Amino acid sequence: MRTIFYLIRKEFIQIFRDKFIGRAIFGVPIVQMLILVPAVTFEIKNVKLGIIDRDMTTESRELVSQLEGSTFFKVRFSTFSEQEANNLLHRGKCDLILQIPSGFAKEIGKGNPGRLLVSVNAINAVNAQLSWAYLNGVIRDYNMNIIAENISSRTFTAIPQIKVTNRYWYNELLNYKFYMLPGVLGILILAIGFILAGLNLVKEKESGTIEQINVTPVKKYHFIIAKMVPFLIIGLIDLALGLIIGKLTFNIPFEGSIALLFLGSTIFLVAVLSLALFISTFSATQQQFMFTAFFFIIIFVLMSGIFTPLESMPLWAQKFDLINPAAYVMRINRMVMLKGSTFQDISREIYSLILIAIAFTLLAVRRYRKTA
Amino acid sequence: MRRFLGFVKKEFLHIFRDFRTLIILFGIPAVQILLFGFVVSTDLKNGQIAFLDLSRDEMTQKVSDKICSSGFFRRSETLMSYNDIDKVLRRNKIKAVIVFEKDFGRRLISEGEAAVSIITDGSEPNMATLITNYITAIVTDFNRQMAGASGTGILLVQPEVRMFYNPSLKGHFMFVPGVITLIMILICALMTSITITREKEFGTMEVLLVSPLKPIQIILGKVLPYFILSFIDVIMILLLSWFVFGLPIKGSLILLLAECMLYILMSLSLGILISTVSKTMQQAIFISLVGMMLPTILLSGFIFPIENMAEIYGWVSAIFPPRYFIVIIKNIMIKGTGFLYVWKETLILIAFTLVFIGLSIRNFKIRLE
Repeated sequence: MRTIFYLIRKEFIQIFRDKFIGRAIFGVPIVQMLILVPAVTFEIKNVKLGIIDRDMTTESRELVSQLEGSTFFKVRFSTFSEQEANNLLHRGKCDLILQIPSGFAKEIGKGNPGRLLVSVNAINAVNAQLSWAYLNGVIRDYNMNIIAENISSRTFTAIPQIKVTNRYWYNELLNYKFYMLPGVLGILILAIGFILAGLNLVKEKESGTIEQINVTPVKKYHFIIAKMVPFLIIGLIDLALGLIIGKLTFNIPFEGSIALLFLGSTIFLVAVLSLALFISTFSATQQQFMFTAFFFIIIFVLMSGIFTPLESMPLWAQKFDLINPAAYVMRINRMVMLKGSTFQDISREIYSLILIAIAFTLLAVRRYRKTA
Repeated sequence: MRRFLGFVKKEFLHIFRDFRTLIILFGIPAVQILLFGFVVSTDLKNGQIAFLDLSRDEMTQKVSDKICSSGFFRRSETLMSYNDIDKVLRRNKIKAVIVFEKDFGRRLISEGEAAVSIITDGSEPNMATLITNYITAIVTDFNRQMAGASGTGILLVQPEVRMFYNPSLKGHFMFVPGVITLIMILICALMTSITITREKEFGTMEVLLVSPLKPIQIILGKVLPYFILSFIDVIMILLLSWFVFGLPIKGSLILLLAECMLYILMSLSLGILISTVSKTMQQAIFISLVGMMLPTILLSGFIFPIENMAEIYGWVSAIFPPRYFIVIIKNIMIKGTGFLYVWKETLILIAFTLVFIGLSIRNFKIRLE
């Protein structure tokens, strides 16, 4: 036990002598929180709308003014030529074109369905779907108004109607920052832990100081534990730092227990650090380690479900995510922070993470050779 | 010239001898294309939903059957009371709960109106919006059927929608251009800056400088292999997206490749510039990853459209070249527009290249003294 303690002390001294690392420990969380979180958004604002109003009646103008009144749309162009409108879409001057054919008001007056033509720039499929849905919502409201008028003007037999209301729980206003921040916290400690721990071991190899430890009676597991503990602590400090920044700048809600969040992240860090040490035993230079680490981090992050839900992934990807620690921490962070999930709610995630952490640690200890 | 070729050969050997470099060169582009293509999707399928039916009559049965038969949703639980809602949502298994009010069917018939509410898990905003929209559309459809049965048209305005450029709403159109942009920055800027700083760190730069090779030849020799390899990467990505995802190139292939070459040149000169300002590999890695990779992912409009961000990000993104290249490549590949639509962006890229080359020549000379 005392050996481990001394080794850990040595590691800390070594880490803090490197100015670069000292800066990275505090710089990276600040940069990630302040830049990543607000930039990463799927929220839709200011959809550029082009309008071809061939009808030019009170009805058509009313529809246009309803669109102008909504916060999602900005009417950028009004034209009569379809060709010009398509050209604008082509050049990216507008995202959506609404065409109101002539005779629109007449048809409605007769009680026939009035047609509208909508063209959407769908290169970004998600954006296209969402802005189309918003436009559809405006049209639906417009319809309701007409029906209400009709009912008051003629004696209209009541049509049975189901009214739909909806609520978003845990995040009433669908604030994307609340969604991204817990995920970014996971990525933060993944990147910090993985890169710093791995580089640290490889650096000892590169400069040859690892030999000095290898000739001492220090046991393999002593060495691995001593390499892990300092970065575990640094990772948790960064997590706390990220949480504080999130609270101060974005006023992120914290529904669950902080201890539970830290428990999840601690197990996650153990898994990540031992994987980093495992990979560093294969690498001779820092460059080699960085390349391999980069490869793994990209796969872990893209598959973790930080941008897109796990359920939308194909089955093989969901299977892979059973051994992807980032996928678990993403869920734990979001559930605990936003929904206030208790230990029972996330017990499956916690136990799986523990299994992964044990497996990776065993791999790292076994793979580490004291003989050069 | 023979000396120069010999030097280029040495550089190629450096690259091919390290399998990890090869992973970065060819593994990452392939993995990214496949992951973005298959894994990163926001499609709604088999969304698990729960029902809280306070009425239990024929009508609620009909509506919930209609929702479940749409293929997007699966009924996975039937709740008994309001208190259960929080319990199931907290466990993350269920994305939405649909609540039918009391006496749903009776009210619908006698009062002509009944309410159903959709409670979604807002901790995943995209999913929540999608689910709400889908279910609302299904119920609206149900309303229309009821109205049709009673003989009056209820939907007065019928919009028809055309999805331009991407009728089937695939995500591929976003990420293939994005991945090309990202990979070029990664290979050209990161790898070139590392390979030059490595020579500095190991002290072998001295050897090269005292050799009969001119400094310009050293730089060109360092850069040429990466130019060729990244061009191969572009072709590989285009082939992959063509064969795996069936993504066509609508515009002129020659123009596209020419623009890619320009962008590669730009990234290479950026790599050289980074190498002249950094002393160690660690610094070079840090500058390229944090300084270039992150902005490329976040601020180029690759995943997250710039228009959706706060205005300041739009301004910041203007100083990062990837933003312009994405516009060019999307125009040529997807919209099939010609040079007339992208000349402005092309000029900006040329300007960036010239500035980077100019700066690196200035910095490089200082180091030689």
